[in-house]
Amino acid sequence: MAGDVPLYRETFRIRGDDFERGGEVATHVKDLLKRFGLPPDVVRRVSIANFEAEMNVVMYAEEAELELLVFSDAIRVAVQDRGPGIADVAWALQEGHSTATEAMRARGFGAGLGLPNIRRHTDEFSIESAVGSGTTLRYVVRCGRPEGAS
Amino acid sequence: MKLGQIVTALGCEVLSGQQRLDLEVQTGFAADLMSDVLASARRGDLLITGLSSAQSVHTAEVADMGAILLVGGRRPAEDALLIARRRDLPVLLTSRGMF
Repeated sequence: MAGDVPLYRETFRIRGDDFERGGEVATHVKDLLKRFGLPPDVVRRVSIANFEAEMNVVMYAEEAELELLVFSDAIRVAVQDRGPGIADVAWALQEGHSTATEAMRARGFGAGLGLPNIRRHTDEFSIESAVGSGTTLRYVVRCGRPEGAS
Repeated sequence: MKLGQIVTALGCEVLSGQQRLDLEVQTGFAADLMSDVLASARRGDLLITGLSSAQSVHTAEVADMGAILLVGGRRPAEDALLIARRRDLPVLLTSRGMF
């Protein structure tokens, strides 16, 4: 990241099980990111990742913190939750693998695409999880990658 | 085609974005699973969905979609419409089914 000193840093709280408000943080962060003159494609990609990460917290965790760091040429995000954790991360990362309930599917989620979607839209992605304690996602979206490339 | 043309062709009720019916949409993306949308929809696409919750509005927002066409006649909750109106995102409602 250019200089490694962020232009901006803020942490947001996501409440688990709050379906009414699920997606609000991602949308709010997207508005904020428009201020920095970053390419719209970069803002869009990180917003999609943030939304998927937020919905995962709403569906599965008790609560989480989303830490946003904005650099002149990239956006770095860490989403750390307190929750059940993921027993088999490799399984969860595969498309179509989902532990969603019927109630979640009725809301339009649970296709098993959340984590793969985050990975697809970001340039770096890592996930750490401990059963009984929680999950942390970290991802980076950089300027300069052509839209549509994976 | 323009949103206004879609409204006329399908007999839609315009729930949000009445002033934006001049908007041109190239492609429609029909889905009820929001992760499908996030995987493949492109900026400016029309989101066609039966999902009338706030999440479809947020999905359209984060993916920079042009407008939402709700099918199946189910009116969304006020909170979902409030978000759409505040962000100037057109939401059309038709009683027709998705296909």
